[in-house]
Amino acid sequence: MKRLLIATALVTIAGAASAQDIVRLGTEGAYPPYNFINDAGEVAGFEREFGDELCKRAGLTCEWVTNDWDSIIPNLQSGNYDVIIAGMSITDEREEVIDFSAGYLPPAASSYLALSADTDLMSGPVAAQTGTIQASFIAENGMQLVEYATPEETVAAVRNGEAVAVLADRDYLVPMANESGGELVLLEREESLGGGVGLGFRDSDDALREKFDAAIKSMKCDGTLDAMITRPEYFGPEAKTWGDAGKEGC
Amino acid sequence: MFEACADPRAIEGLTWAACYLTSGKHIDFYLSFLTVLLLLAITAPAALGMGFLGATAARSHIAPVSWLGKVYIWMVRGVPDIIFFLFFVIALDQVIEYAKSLAVCADHAWPWQGLEFRVCPEAKVPLARSSAFWHQAYGFMLAVVTFAIVFGAFVANVIFGAMNAVPRAQLETAEAYGMSRAQVFRRILMPQMWIYALPGLGNLWMILIKATPLLFLLGVKDIVFYARELGGSKTQAYEYPHGDWRLWYFLALMVFYLAFTHISEIGIARITRKLSHGQATAGGDALRRAGG
Amino acid sequence: MSMTCWETIQAYGLRSIGLGENLLPRSDFTLCQQFTLIGSGMLWNIYFGVLALVAGFFLANAIALAKGARNPLIRKPAEWYVFIFRGSPLFIQFFLAYEALVLLPNEFTLFGVEVGTSWTTRAWAGALLVLFLNTAAYSAEIFHGALKSIPRGDLEAAEAYGLTGWKKFIRIEWPTMLRLAWPAYTNEAIFLFHATTLVFFSGFPAFGQMGDALYYANYFADKTFNPFIPYPIVAFYFILLTLAVTFFYGRVNRHLNRHLPSNTRSRIRLRPQLIR
Repeated sequence: MKRLLIATALVTIAGAASAQDIVRLGTEGAYPPYNFINDAGEVAGFEREFGDELCKRAGLTCEWVTNDWDSIIPNLQSGNYDVIIAGMSITDEREEVIDFSAGYLPPAASSYLALSADTDLMSGPVAAQTGTIQASFIAENGMQLVEYATPEETVAAVRNGEAVAVLADRDYLVPMANESGGELVLLEREESLGGGVGLGFRDSDDALREKFDAAIKSMKCDGTLDAMITRPEYFGPEAKTWGDAGKEGC
Repeated sequence: MFEACADPRAIEGLTWAACYLTSGKHIDFYLSFLTVLLLLAITAPAALGMGFLGATAARSHIAPVSWLGKVYIWMVRGVPDIIFFLFFVIALDQVIEYAKSLAVCADHAWPWQGLEFRVCPEAKVPLARSSAFWHQAYGFMLAVVTFAIVFGAFVANVIFGAMNAVPRAQLETAEAYGMSRAQVFRRILMPQMWIYALPGLGNLWMILIKATPLLFLLGVKDIVFYARELGGSKTQAYEYPHGDWRLWYFLALMVFYLAFTHISEIGIARITRKLSHGQATAGGDALRRAGG
Repeated sequence: MSMTCWETIQAYGLRSIGLGENLLPRSDFTLCQQFTLIGSGMLWNIYFGVLALVAGFFLANAIALAKGARNPLIRKPAEWYVFIFRGSPLFIQFFLAYEALVLLPNEFTLFGVEVGTSWTTRAWAGALLVLFLNTAAYSAEIFHGALKSIPRGDLEAAEAYGLTGWKKFIRIEWPTMLRLAWPAYTNEAIFLFHATTLVFFSGFPAFGQMGDALYYANYFADKTFNPFIPYPIVAFYFILLTLAVTFFYGRVNRHLNRHLPSNTRSRIRLRPQLIR
């Protein structure tokens, strides 16, 4: 007990010693091109650049933290970080527990990836990541769901025959299909799930959310957000952008 | 790290392998082994201490103390440690922050509001503006405390059983020689208890080593985290794309743990030999016959 | 459409093995739903624990004897087996087993019979195999240690009575080994039941959302964003399970120790002097 108190005291003193107010951005780090950890060990991807830009515009000092998908919302509420920026779709279910900013990626399609283009989705299990809207969709639509903790494992399941297909965000699966040398193909069927991607905040953090909302708005208004989305290393020129709809009320 | 690694797409073969294995993420991976060793170095003595306290309390003749010891041994034995870790760490964190809020916060509002846990910013441990290092260190400390409590209960159980296994003849002889209860405990029970405790304690040390992957479930970036992260197939978005190499990374972890436990086994065998000298057990006999 | 608690139990009571309502609850979570689903998940934990322990007991006895054998051809493989399964984390064993089983060709012909192997990667088979091998290794080590700790006086008394070889083993050594090993073996049994919660966290996925107690607890914690209800519920079930295991093992312990005097201070015991 004594050791615990001393450790806490030390940590508090050390904490007080650092001067600036830091906003901590939490991401998953396993979902290229949205967010991933590059080989240098740093968070990279569209959301890295986007998040840094938002912080600059909002005048905040930001730090990046990674967290597993499963505990990303509970850890937001515990205060491990202040913002969730992890390709998280805006859904009513999530709205009940956290607040979302304005969307920064328009609702995009979810696709199926399989070993052949005429795979019957009822012929075997369909893979998805635990706790995603795709997983809920599969369960609700009569297909047999098999869940994995990380997105990469869901694709590996298709490769080694554990699942007949995987349902995930199209932007995540396209590079997988392209780089598989024909082994993996996207099915024609697509699903439209979720209300776009937004930042997650604690319910009590309205002030912080408004700062980020303003920064997102400014990026939509001057077109930098659309330009960032369509970069080839992120979502490419064919990706859905905000266009004129994003410029309303600028 | 090396100059030849500046453009990973231009190299191949052994150079690629060398550059790949020394990339920033891999260095983090190697450093995470130290995290695991540090956890063990702190937790093992802490758990032993807690176990000893628990066993002594359980054997006490004062009813409430004995009850407390027995409940401690029993409660933690009853719940799978993974649940304890998942749940207890959050709870401990919140209790610490609540205690701090009573000291530093202007208002003493009840922190548990609906689904959220809210305390004034000064009561957050570590403070929100502390660097990532302190957050990681704090998470690590919570893990250590949880490990010590969980394994302390198991150690207490083993030591409790070992204390009961020392032949009563030994204790009675000591009493016949006029030793007080404390002297019997210190001079006869404790030294002789170890040989009976050793198989159980040795087992628990191994189990503690094997429990270190739970750090990964607590969000600490340990070796399992990095093995999964590095092993998964990587697309061209990464500097070093590759296929699914998880099998190899986990084999490497397997080798690490096997090496570690092998060294531990040798150590435990040495201690067992030392404690078996002169004991009227089959093990002591074997030593005598071998001339040890 | 709100169900009474009894209807919930009927709908979800066996959900973990695929019987009952197909869709898991997605909103308006009730305490009854959590208790029922997590309770149904316990079927998996009990299945894994009981089968692995029972089968593992026999293998453990064999390995414990093999470890004490003088012939290195028997002793060395036993030592290596125990070393590998005791020396590495269960999490990694699960994962490696899963990856290795996944690499098996989907079907192959053995003696003209087509053998399908895709079932081996399912949790009920692959994870059970890992748990069985794992607990057998730990138990073998405990039994082996107990064999070495048998008081010399007991062995000499046995020989004085004219019991040798197999008779001595089955009437004196083995029961004494079991008696000495029992507390540590109880610990091992409890650890094994607890370890069954790792199955769906490591490598083996849950098909059709059929999983164990912790899997469902995790599901509720994720969906309600509140871990303070489902995890204590799992803990509650496991305390009940541990009580049952401890009770059962305690009865066996009493049976094994029935010939010994109790440890209470007031009793006078008649006991042959231990020879130093």
